[in-house]
Amino acid sequence: MENEQRSGPVTGGEDLIEAKGITKRFGDILANDNVDLVIKQGEIHALLGENGAGKSTLVKILYGALEPGAGEILWKGKRVSISNPAAARKLGVGMVFQHFSLFEALSVVENIALALPKGEKIEALSKRITEVSQKYGLPLDPAALVADLPVGIRQRIEIVRCLLQNPSLIIMDEPTSVLTPQEADQLFITLQRLASEGCAILYISHRLEEVKKICHNATIMRHGRVVGGCDPAVETPASLARMMVGGDVHDITAGATEAQPGDVMLKLRNLSIPSDGAFGIELKNVNMDLRGGEIVAIAGIAANGQSELFDAISGETQVKDAYAVEICGVPVGKRKINDRRLLGSAFVPEERLGHGAVPGFVLSDNILLTRYKSDPELIKHGMLNQKLAGEMEKRITVSYDVRMSHDNPEARSLSGGNLQKFVVGRELDRVPKVLVINQPTWGVDAGAAALIRQAIIDLARGGSAVLVISQDLDEIYEVADRIAVISRGELSPAELLLR
Amino acid sequence: MRIELEKRAEHSQLMTVVSPLIAIGLTLVCGSILFISMGYNPVEALYAYFIEPLTTSWSIEELLVKAGPLVLIAVGLSVCFLSNSWNIGAEGQFTMGALAGSIIPVLFYDFTSPLALPLMVLMGILGGMAWASIPAFLKVRFGTNEILTSLMLVYIAQYILDFLVRGPWRDPEGFNFPESRIFDAAHVLPKIGEGRLHIGMIFAVVAVLVVWWMLSRTLKGFEIKVMGETPRAGRFAGFSGNGVVWFGFLVSGGLAGLAGMAEVSGSIEQLTPVISPGYGFTAIIVAFLGRLNPIGILFAGLLLGLSYIGGESAQVSLGLTDKVTRVFQGMLLFFVLACDTLILYKFKIVSNAKGVKEAANV
Repeated sequence: MENEQRSGPVTGGEDLIEAKGITKRFGDILANDNVDLVIKQGEIHALLGENGAGKSTLVKILYGALEPGAGEILWKGKRVSISNPAAARKLGVGMVFQHFSLFEALSVVENIALALPKGEKIEALSKRITEVSQKYGLPLDPAALVADLPVGIRQRIEIVRCLLQNPSLIIMDEPTSVLTPQEADQLFITLQRLASEGCAILYISHRLEEVKKICHNATIMRHGRVVGGCDPAVETPASLARMMVGGDVHDITAGATEAQPGDVMLKLRNLSIPSDGAFGIELKNVNMDLRGGEIVAIAGIAANGQSELFDAISGETQVKDAYAVEICGVPVGKRKINDRRLLGSAFVPEERLGHGAVPGFVLSDNILLTRYKSDPELIKHGMLNQKLAGEMEKRITVSYDVRMSHDNPEARSLSGGNLQKFVVGRELDRVPKVLVINQPTWGVDAGAAALIRQAIIDLARGGSAVLVISQDLDEIYEVADRIAVISRGELSPAELLLR
Repeated sequence: MRIELEKRAEHSQLMTVVSPLIAIGLTLVCGSILFISMGYNPVEALYAYFIEPLTTSWSIEELLVKAGPLVLIAVGLSVCFLSNSWNIGAEGQFTMGALAGSIIPVLFYDFTSPLALPLMVLMGILGGMAWASIPAFLKVRFGTNEILTSLMLVYIAQYILDFLVRGPWRDPEGFNFPESRIFDAAHVLPKIGEGRLHIGMIFAVVAVLVVWWMLSRTLKGFEIKVMGETPRAGRFAGFSGNGVVWFGFLVSGGLAGLAGMAEVSGSIEQLTPVISPGYGFTAIIVAFLGRLNPIGILFAGLLLGLSYIGGESAQVSLGLTDKVTRVFQGMLLFFVLACDTLILYKFKIVSNAKGVKEAANV
C-alpha cells in the first residue's frame, strides 16, 4: 500500500532549488551552519529535526523572510537572491504556514484576493477557486465566511491560495498538526497529485509515520547542520528518530544507583482546569504521586497540557480545590507560588527568557526574582540585600559552570545553555525538596544538557522529589525512574522504567 | 547599501547617558532649520530661547518655578511608566489635585489655622489619586486601555474646573470675572527668598530622592521594574499585576495632584480657568528625557522648564510665536524616543544591493 502511494518517478527529476552553504547566525547561536539542500522537481522532500535544529530558519531563508549570512541559492541552476517573500512568490515558491494568516471577518474569495495581484474581478476569481479546488480534491465554497469554517478547511484556503499562483515549490510547515487523521489523508492525496504534476513540496513534520508514508526523500538537521539524507521508505520511524536526535550515546549515571522512593512529596488529586482561551488545553482529572528520591518524567508532544500542568503545580494558576495539589503533605491548590516555594518546592519553567528570567536584568537581580521570599535574608524591611544577591550569583555561576563575558551580565546576553544552567542552578542552590522542571534541556548544547541532567539526578538521589516534563525521549530515558505520558490534557499513570 | 539595526547583547551603559544628549543635539539642529525657514537668524533665536533666560536671576528663579511641577509630575509618571502602565492623564490629575487642594481656601476661607496648609497638601494628593484611580480601576476590572481613559479624563477635569470658577466657586467680589476668591495668606505656600519661588520645588526634590531610593533599593521598586519589563516573569516571582497597576497610578496621580495644589497655592494664589501651560503633558517628555530615572528627571525638568521661559523670552525679544515652544517640546520627545533605540541596538551598514536586484528581475 505504502509503495503505491509514493507514486511518480522522482530520481530522474531535475534540480529545482539548491541551497549551498547556507549560514545564519542569531547573536551567539548558529541557527544554520553551512547547510546544503537539493530539492528536485516533483518530489516530496521531508525536512526533519528536533525543535531548534534550524528547520524554520532554513525555510524562512528559502521563502525570503530571512536573509542568509552566507551561502547561495540556485533556482533551476541559476543563482538567485530571494530578498523578500514577494520575490519568492515571483520565482514560484509558495508557503503554507503552521499558523494561518486569514481574516476571519472576510469570505474565502476575499481572503484569497488579498494575496493575489490586483485587478482580477471577484466573480472571475471565485470561478478559478472553484476550478482549482475541484481539480485537487480540496472543495471550497468561495463565498463562505472564514470565521464559520473549521481548521481543516482554513488550511485548504491557504493551500488553494498558494496553488492559484502556480508555484513550482510549496513549503509546508507542520501541515497536519491541526488536522484530523481523515483530513490528513485527504491532504496526502492532494500532495501526491501535485507532485505527480511536477510540483515539488518541502514538507516539515514531526510525525515520522506520515513522512515515511508520503515523502520521497528526507534531509535531517541537527543543531543547525545537515547531518544526513535518506529515503524514508526504507527507514523506520525509530531509525528516523535516531538520526534526528543523533547517535551519541550518553552515559547514564542514574542507573548506577537505584531510586529509593521515600514519602510522597507532591500529590495531584483529580486536578482539572478548564481551557484558557482558544489555544489552551483543558486538564482532565490529573492524578500523580511523586515520592522523595525519585524522578518522574512526563512525556508528550508539545501543547498537550504541559504548560498548563506546570502552572497549576507552581501556583501561577490556582484551582478551587485546595487538595488538588499537595506539596509535602500541605494542600496548596489555592495558594500562590511563593507559599509553595516556602514549603520547599522549586520550579524551572520551559521558557528561560521572559518567564524564568527577566532579559534586561543582571543575573543577581534574577536571583532575587525567585528567591526573595524563600531566602528571607535577601530582603530586610522591604529593602533589597544586593550584596548577598551578588555573592549568590558568584556562587551559582561558579558551581554550575555558567560562562559569561564579564561578571553579573544581563540575562539576555547569555547563550541558551549557559542561561539554562543559571536558571536551574538558581533553584538547585536551595536544595529544594520538590523540583518541577519543564523542558530542562530544550535548545541547550550537549555539554550543558549533561551537566543539568546530572544535577537533577544528584538532587533526587539526595532525597528530593523531581518531576521532569520533557518532549525529549532520550532525556527521559536518561534521567527518569518512572514515566507518565500526557496527551490532550490527560495524564497516564506513571510506569516504572526498566533499564 | 543599507543600514541595519543589530541587537546588542546588553543595554549599552554609554548610550543610556549619551542618547538623550544626541536627542537634544538633533532637536537644536531641526530647531535651527525651523527658524531659518521662518526667516529668523537661528543663532539669535536659539540664544534668545536657551541662553538669555539664564542671564538674569529673575528668570532663573522663574525657571525653577516652572521646573517644580514638571519634576514632581514626571517622577510619579516614571513609576507608572516603568511598570508598563501608560498614564497620559497627569494633566487631569494635576487639575483635580488643584481643585481638591482649593476646597479649604475657597469654601472654608475662615479656617486659617496652621493645620490648613498640611490639610490642603493632603487633599491635593488625594484629589490627584482619586482621578488617577478611575483609569486604574477600568484597566484592572475591564481591561480598558488606560491611555485613552486617562487622556479623556483630562478634558473632563478641565471642564469641571471651568464650571467651578465660572459658577459656584466664582469670587462674589470679583466683578464677575471667572476666578475664585484670592487665597488667604494662611493658604499660600511659603516662599523661598524674595521672589515667586515657593516650597513646591522642595516637594519635587524630596519626591526625586524618595522615588529614586524606592526604585533602586526596595522590593517594591524591584516589583515595579519586573512587572514592567516581563509580566510573565513577574507572576513567576509571585507579584500581582493588578497591584502594580494600582500602585503606579496612585503614585503618579498623587504627585500630579500635589503639583496642582502647589501651583495654585504657591504661584497663582487663586483658581482661574487655566492653571497650567500643559505641565501634565510636558512632564511625559521630562520623564522620558530623564530616562525614567528620578535623578535624570531632575535635570530634564530644568531643561523643559527652560523651554517655557525661553518661549516667553523669544516672544518678547524676537516676536516669535509661543507655538514654537510646543514644536520644540514635540521634536524633543520624538528624538528622545528615537534615540532610545541606540541603547539596545547598534547601526550596521550592509552592502549587497546587487543580489536583491537579480531576484526581483527573475
